[in-house]
Amino acid sequence: MALIEVRDLSRDFTIRKKTGPLRRTSVVKHAVHDLSFEIDAGEMVGYIGPNGAGKSTTIKMLTGILVPSGGSARVAGLEPSRQRRELARRIGVVFGQRTSLWWDLPLRDSFELLRRIYRIPDQTFRRNLEDHVALLDLGELLDTPVRQLSLGQRMRGDIAAALLHDPEILYLDEPTIGLDVISKGRLREFLRALNHERGTTLMLTTHDLQDIEALCDRVIVIDHGTAVFDGPLSSLRVNGGSSRTLVVDLVDEAAPIDIDGARVMKVEGPRQWLAFPAGASAAPLVAQVAAAYDIADLSIHEPDIEDVIRQLYSR
Amino acid sequence: MSGALHSQLSLYAAIATSSFRRYSTYTAATLAGIFTNSVFGIILSFAYLALWEQNPTAGGYEADQAVTFVWIGQALLMTVALWSGGSTDELAERIRTGDIAVDLYRPVSVLGWYLAADLGRGLYHFTTRGVAPAIVGALLFGLVSPSPAGAAGFLVSVVLAVVVSFAVRFLFAASAFWLLDATGPRVLLSVLTTFFSGLTLPLTLFPDGLRQVALALPFASYIQTPADIWLGRHTGLDMLAAIGLQVVWAVVLLGVCALVLRAATRKVVVQGG
Repeated sequence: MALIEVRDLSRDFTIRKKTGPLRRTSVVKHAVHDLSFEIDAGEMVGYIGPNGAGKSTTIKMLTGILVPSGGSARVAGLEPSRQRRELARRIGVVFGQRTSLWWDLPLRDSFELLRRIYRIPDQTFRRNLEDHVALLDLGELLDTPVRQLSLGQRMRGDIAAALLHDPEILYLDEPTIGLDVISKGRLREFLRALNHERGTTLMLTTHDLQDIEALCDRVIVIDHGTAVFDGPLSSLRVNGGSSRTLVVDLVDEAAPIDIDGARVMKVEGPRQWLAFPAGASAAPLVAQVAAAYDIADLSIHEPDIEDVIRQLYSR
Repeated sequence: MSGALHSQLSLYAAIATSSFRRYSTYTAATLAGIFTNSVFGIILSFAYLALWEQNPTAGGYEADQAVTFVWIGQALLMTVALWSGGSTDELAERIRTGDIAVDLYRPVSVLGWYLAADLGRGLYHFTTRGVAPAIVGALLFGLVSPSPAGAAGFLVSVVLAVVVSFAVRFLFAASAFWLLDATGPRVLLSVLTTFFSGLTLPLTLFPDGLRQVALALPFASYIQTPADIWLGRHTGLDMLAAIGLQVVWAVVLLGVCALVLRAATRKVVVQGG
């Protein structure tokens, strides 16, 4: 049985609009609509989509703080909205834009409160604290009040806090938002290690596609509340209708290269850009070009995942 | 079973302690508050003395009892978070911003959490903004001291005052789940508490009819009830009955809070995100 099972999940919101001095009309918005997917233990899944696509709404239903309008969700064998507190002991949640730490208290005191909230055994608590403090470099920050931490420091504190009780699943909502490049890199490294060493299942929503490239083997793309793609990152490139690019440097300038299976995008002196479908192999193209021209150099460019996703949304 | 209960109690004790410590980090605000309470106590004391000179047994109080009533009011004003300053302010704000989501996915009762935090806060405000102005009042005006039973009853009554006021504030703050912002209800509440707690005037001075209603309302638990116990107007069984009414209000209102919270978490969208 999958660790997370979502079947035909829906959530409607009723939005009231003022249309006159006394008149109001209600509009029903389908934030999530007939959404289905399964996630197995130990997966790292990127959950992406444009603003308002229904990402946060899904996470809220999976953590049990929002009741679905239809369909079902099961997480670790529990029904989130009915067994919210029981589920809470088995999951961790990190919101990039919210904190679960106490503003006026030193980091250490927040951890101590969480130890009692989750009734974490002393040994587990000490081990996790030691590990995470070392890996997330929190040692010198433990006695600092949270309000004095920088965004990156607070984020690391929040992640350590979410992991103190050994959750099986960690949901991360925009974990790298507002972080600098170095902090992002360290955070990704930590998350990858967490997944590999402890088998923690990760589900992350993000706008930063580098997070996805660095972490996720699988991507679920959601738009208008429905999954429009679910599969490995590599086939997202293929299915996105996107193309790879073969860049050829000829020895001499020439007219645009005319071969089967590719078309010329751009010519700049002896350099030419040829686009071909992401699913096709580059080898026959290279052979064709080499047979007809003298080649000085060539390289192949993978499609940018942002372009791929932009194309998915616009379909 | 007792192990689970024990760990539950130790959790709430830890929440209350950390809440106490949070408030104690703002020393300057506390000192300013003590000053304000003292000044208001002095002004009100002179007003009361003038009033009692006209009518020396108004509301059934002697003049020195009336002045003591003023200082008890000033001492409990922040303790029960009469206008604002309780853990419920934070609740309203967290509902408005959507941060309440963080509280909801914890395996702990939201109601218990905020109550424990408010009790820790109340203890801090009682020991600082309660005791310090009362000492000022005692030095300047000489206050009436309670009997040992009166003092014990007073302390119990103050704890219940915090619980009752917490429950009322919690309900008003929870309106933000539906209204999206609890500012309006909060203004309404502060008007009600100003008049019906006994802060402005002892409720026993209210005209017939209104007096009986005011004394039965939960707001009477805030200042009127503890003050009357301190002043020895409730003794023996009468004192138990006064405390009993506070207990009834505390239980009933906390029950309503639990129902409202359940309705809110099941039906209402968590804003933001």
